[in-house]
Amino acid sequence: METKTVGFCRLFPMGNRLLALFVAAALLLNGCGRHSADSVAGAPPKKILNFGNGTEPQDIDPQAVNGVPEFNIILALLEGLVSYDPHDQHPIPGVAKSWEISPDNLVYTFHLREDAKWSNGDPVTAQDFLLSYKRMLTPSLGAEYAYMIFNYVAGAKDYYDGKLKDFSQVGIKAPDAHTLQITLTHPTPYLLKAMCHMAWFPVPVKVIAKFGGLDRKGTDWTRPGNFVGNGPFRLKSWQPNQRLVVERSPTYWDRANVKLDEIDFFPVENANAEENMFRTGQLDITSELPPDKIPFYKRDHPDQLRIAPFLGLYFYSCNVKRPPLDNVKVRRALALAIDRESLIKNVVKGDEQPAYAVSYPGVAGYVPRARLTGTVDEARRLLAEAGYPDGRGFPPLELLYNTSEGHRAIAEAIQQMWKKNLNVDISLHNEEWKVYLDALNTKNYQLGRYGWIADYIDPNVFLDLWETGGGNNDTNWSDPEYDRLLAASRAAPNDQDRYEIYQKMDAILVDQLPIIPIYYYTRVHLVSPKVKGYWPTLLDMHPWQYVDIDR
Amino acid sequence: MPTLSPKDLPSADLAAGQLEQGHSLWSDAWHRLRKNKPAVFGGVVLIALALLCFLGPLFSQSYEIQNLDLGAAPPSAQHWLGTDTLGRDLFARILFGGRISLLVGLVASVVALIIGVTYGAVAGYLGGKVDTVMMRIVDIMYALPFTIFVILLMVFLKDPMQKVDAWLSQYRWLSFGQGMGKILLLFAAIGAVEWLTMARIVRGQILSVKKMEFIEAARALGYGPGRIIFRHMIPNILGPIIVYTTLTIPAVMLLESFLSFLGLGVDAPMSSWGTLIKDGAEKMEEFPWLLVFPGSIFSLTLFSLNFLGDGLRDALDVRASKD
Amino acid sequence: MLRFIARRILETIPVLFVIVTVTFFMIRFVPGGPFTAEKAVTPEILRNLEAHYGLDQPLWKQYFNYLGSLLHGDLGPSFKYPNRTVNEIIAEKLPVSIELGTEALLVALVLGLTAGVFAAARRNSWLDYGASGLAMVGICVPTFVMGPLLVLVCAIHFGWFNASGWYTPADRVLPALTLGGYYAAYIARLTRGGMLEVLNQDYIRTARAKGASELRIIFRHALRGGLLPVVAFLGPGIADILTGSFVIETIFQIPGLGREFVTSAFNRDYTLITGTVILYAALIIALNLVVDVVQVWLNPKLRFE
Repeated sequence: METKTVGFCRLFPMGNRLLALFVAAALLLNGCGRHSADSVAGAPPKKILNFGNGTEPQDIDPQAVNGVPEFNIILALLEGLVSYDPHDQHPIPGVAKSWEISPDNLVYTFHLREDAKWSNGDPVTAQDFLLSYKRMLTPSLGAEYAYMIFNYVAGAKDYYDGKLKDFSQVGIKAPDAHTLQITLTHPTPYLLKAMCHMAWFPVPVKVIAKFGGLDRKGTDWTRPGNFVGNGPFRLKSWQPNQRLVVERSPTYWDRANVKLDEIDFFPVENANAEENMFRTGQLDITSELPPDKIPFYKRDHPDQLRIAPFLGLYFYSCNVKRPPLDNVKVRRALALAIDRESLIKNVVKGDEQPAYAVSYPGVAGYVPRARLTGTVDEARRLLAEAGYPDGRGFPPLELLYNTSEGHRAIAEAIQQMWKKNLNVDISLHNEEWKVYLDALNTKNYQLGRYGWIADYIDPNVFLDLWETGGGNNDTNWSDPEYDRLLAASRAAPNDQDRYEIYQKMDAILVDQLPIIPIYYYTRVHLVSPKVKGYWPTLLDMHPWQYVDIDR
Repeated sequence: MPTLSPKDLPSADLAAGQLEQGHSLWSDAWHRLRKNKPAVFGGVVLIALALLCFLGPLFSQSYEIQNLDLGAAPPSAQHWLGTDTLGRDLFARILFGGRISLLVGLVASVVALIIGVTYGAVAGYLGGKVDTVMMRIVDIMYALPFTIFVILLMVFLKDPMQKVDAWLSQYRWLSFGQGMGKILLLFAAIGAVEWLTMARIVRGQILSVKKMEFIEAARALGYGPGRIIFRHMIPNILGPIIVYTTLTIPAVMLLESFLSFLGLGVDAPMSSWGTLIKDGAEKMEEFPWLLVFPGSIFSLTLFSLNFLGDGLRDALDVRASKD
Repeated sequence: MLRFIARRILETIPVLFVIVTVTFFMIRFVPGGPFTAEKAVTPEILRNLEAHYGLDQPLWKQYFNYLGSLLHGDLGPSFKYPNRTVNEIIAEKLPVSIELGTEALLVALVLGLTAGVFAAARRNSWLDYGASGLAMVGICVPTFVMGPLLVLVCAIHFGWFNASGWYTPADRVLPALTLGGYYAAYIARLTRGGMLEVLNQDYIRTARAKGASELRIIFRHALRGGLLPVVAFLGPGIADILTGSFVIETIFQIPGLGREFVTSAFNRDYTLITGTVILYAALIIALNLVVDVVQVWLNPKLRFE
C-alpha cells in the first residue's frame, strides 16, 4: 500500500474543530461549575444546610411512610404534640404546651398552644389531631405505622379492624379547640416517648380532604405548592432524585428561635459518592461512611467524623425449626465462638459495643444483667455435646444476608471464626433486599443477618419482638413463659417492676438464644465542623429548629 | 469457495521443484495468525494466565484464611500483592478469582455459542415467515429487563442448581471447595443473554452464504437442511463465529463484573475478578493495590482476548492481502 | 422502502404486546413484593395495602385492568412512590438520560470516529497502535473503575468539578466522558475494522490506480464501510446509552432512567418496571428500524434481502 503523509488538519478538519469546540465548552462550563450559587450579591449569606439523606423519600406524608430519610424531612415540616429534646431525646412540649396524666395512668390530657399555626395560616386545633389519628386508623389507608396508635389507644384496634364503625367510640376526644384527651387500653409508661414519633404527627386534614386523600395514600397534597405543615420549615421545592428544599416557616410558633434559613436534602444513595460530595463541599452532613474510610478520618480529620452510640442491635436470627439450629447448644456454641472485639476493631471499625445480651445496656436506665459468657473452649465442648465433636458431621448451614459490602465483610469474618474455632464450615449467601426480606418473613432460611433499630427509647423495643408469632419474629421461636412475662410487663405498675420483668426476659433470651446478638450499633457519619446544634443522640433524631451552621 | 490467488499460498515459499502441497484454509489461517505479533502475545498471555489460575491455587496461600489484625496491607514478602481488608492474601484471591472469571467467560460464551448458532442458522436457513418470527422473538428478548431476568433466573434455578451442586461436590477436583453455588447460575443467566447477538450475527452470515453456488449444488444433490446447515454452511462461516466467540468472552467477563457491582455475583468468600475490582474501586484511595492488581490482570486478559480475536479475524479473512 | 418501514411498524405492535405480557407476569413471580419491608407490616395492614393497589384481585383481572389503562396511555401509579405516577417519573427521568446519552454519544462519536479513522488510515503505525491501544483500554476498563478514577483525580484532587450530582452544567462533563469513553473505544475499533475491510477491497485498489487522493479514498469510500458496523452497533448501543447506564448514574448520582430501571426491579415496583420496559422496548425497536434503514442506505447490496 502506498503511503502518503497526510497532515493532521487536512485529514479530519471537521473532527478537529468539533473536538476543539467540545474542549472549549467544557472549560467554559467549568467556570460556572462548583456548587450552584444561591446567594444574591449584597444580601447576607443565607444559612443553608446541605444534608445527605440516603435515599429518595417515598413521600412526605407521615402516615404513608416508614423510613428514616422520610422522617428526617417530615421532622422539619411537621410537629407533633411532643418533640424530641435535642440532647437526650426525652419528650418536651411541641404543639402541646402541657399535659396531665390521670391517676390510673389511662387518660392523657394535652393542652395545645394557642399560637400554633399551619403554614397556610389556619390555627392548629385539637380537632386536627383527632381527625389526623382517625385518618391514620382508616383501614383503607394502609398506614404501616398504624400500630403505634392502635397498640395503645382504647378502641383504636377495633376501629382499624373494622369492628368498630363509630370513631367517637375510640379513646381520642377533642373537648375544645385546644384540649386533646387520649384514653389508653392499659397504662403505658413510655407513651410520651412513643408519641415523639411521626406516627403521632398531625396532618392538615382540611387540605388533604381537598385532594381526596383522607382514606388513601399518594394524592397530590404532598406536592410543593400544596403541602401544608405546622413545623419549623415549609416545603419550598422537590426535584425527585435531585434535591428537596425546605425553607424557614414564617408561621411556626417558635420561629424566632429557628436558626437555619434553608435545608437541602440530597438523596445520595451511594456511600462513596456521598463521601466524595462531602469532600468537595457539596454536603455538610452525610448519612453514612464506608467503614474502610473510618481509620483515615480518625487519623486525619477527626473533627469531621461523628461516631455516636445508636439504639440498635445487629444480630443473626436463627430459624429454630431447622437443624442444626434447633439445638440450643449449637446456637450457643456459635454465639460463643464469635470474637466480637476483633470483629468490631478490624471489620466494622465504628467503635460499636459488642453485644452479649439482647437489650441495649443503659437504655432508659435499664441495664440487662444477663450476659452471654463463655470461652471458645466451652463453645467446642457444647458443640461436641450437641453431637458434632470437632465439627465432624455438622450439617450444612447457610447464612443469609442482604447485599451490602458491610454485611458481607462481617459474614465472611464470622464464617472464618467459626471455621477456625469450631472447625465448622458454613456457606454464605447474599440476596438483594426484597428477596432477603421475603426469605426471612416466610421463614425460608436457616441463619439470617438482621438489625433492629428502636423507634423510641425504652427497653421494651427489643424485647417485645420475640413474642410468639410476632410480626417481626422470624425465628419460629416461641416460649410461653416469655409471652407471660411480656404480658405481665405491660401491666406492671411502675418502671422498677417492669424492669425486673425485663431482666427475666433477657435472661431467657440469653439462655435460649433464638438470636445471636453481635453488636450494638453506632451512628458513623461525617458532620462538618461548621454545623452546630446537631448533637449525637441515641435515636439520631435532630429536631431542626436547634441546628445551625456557620457561614 | 472464496477465491485464492496463487501468491497467497504458502507454497510460494517452497523451493522450486518441490511439489506444491495443498493447504487448507485452516493452516493458512494458522500461519497468518502466527505472524500477527499482538495476537500471538495475546494467546501466550491467555494460556499463561489460564495455567496460573487453574493450577496456581494448588500451590499458593489460601484465598479465604483471614488475618483480621493485619487488615489491608501493601505488598510484602509474605503477601506478594498485599492483602485485602480482611487480611486475605490478594495474590491467592486473584488467582482463585481468575479461575471463576475465566470459567464463567468460557462456559457462558460456549453456551451462548451453541444456542446462538443453532437458532441463527435455523432462522437464516428457513427464511421467510419463520425467520421473521424467530428474529422478532430475539427482539423481544433484547427488550426484556436484564436485571429482572437475572434475578428471576437466580431464584428459579437456585434449587435445581443446588442439587447439581451437591452432585458435583462429590468430585472435589471439579468443585471450588465451597461448591459451585452461584457460578452455575451465572453460566445460565449470562449465556441466556449473550446468545441473542450471536444468533443475529449467524443469521446474517447464513443469509449471505445461502446464495452461494455450492449451497445450491448441495440442495440439488438432495441433502437435507440439517446436513446443509451443519456440514456446509456453518464450516464456512466458522471464521466470524470463532471471532465473535473470542470477543464474547470479554463481554461476558465485563457482564459478570457488572453483576458483581449489583451484588448478584459469586457468593462470599469466593472471589471473581469482578468482585475484586468492584471492591478495589470503592477503596482505591486508601488501598490502591486492591484495585491496581486485579484491574491490571483483568484488563490484560481482556486485551489478550481482543488481540487474539482480532488476529483470528485477520487470519481467517481470506480477502485480506498480505502485507 | 416505505412499505418496509410500514411493515416493520405494524410488526411492532404484537411484539410490544408480548413484551408487556411477559414482563407483567414475570415480575410477579419473583419473591418479595412491593410491600415487603424490614419492619414487617401486620397482616391487616398488608391486606389494606394490597386492596388499595388492587393486588388482591385475581391476576388475570389485574392484567386486563393494566392493559386497559395502558391503552389510555396511563402507566399506573408507582408502588414505591405513592404520590407519583409512572408517567410522571418517566417524564422526569427520561430527559435526563437523553441529555446524558446525547452528550456521551457526541463524545463517543467524535473520539471514536477520529481515532478509528486515524488508525485505519495509518495502519500498523504508531498512531494505529496508540489509538487502538487507547481504544482497548476504554473497552477493558469497566466504567465503575473509570468513573471513580475520574472523580478522584478531577473532582477531589484538582477540584475542577463537583463529585457527583446533576445540578450545574459542569456536572455533565465527567459522566459524559466516562460513558462516552467506553462507547468511543468500541466505535474506534469498529470504524477501524470496517474501514480496513473496505480498504482491502479490489475497487479501492482500482481507485488508487486511477489516481484518487488518499483523502478521497478514505472519506468517500472507506468511511462508508467503516460506518456500517458502527451503525449496526449503534442501534442497541444508543438504546443503552439513552436509557442511561446504571453504573454511571449510580456513581455520579444522576437522576436518570437507567438507575430507575434497575432499582425498580429491586423495589418490586411493578408498574414502574413494566413502564420502563415498555419504553425501553419501544426505543430498541424504533432504533433497530432506523439502523436497518440506514444500513440499507449505506450498503445497497442489502436492499435485495
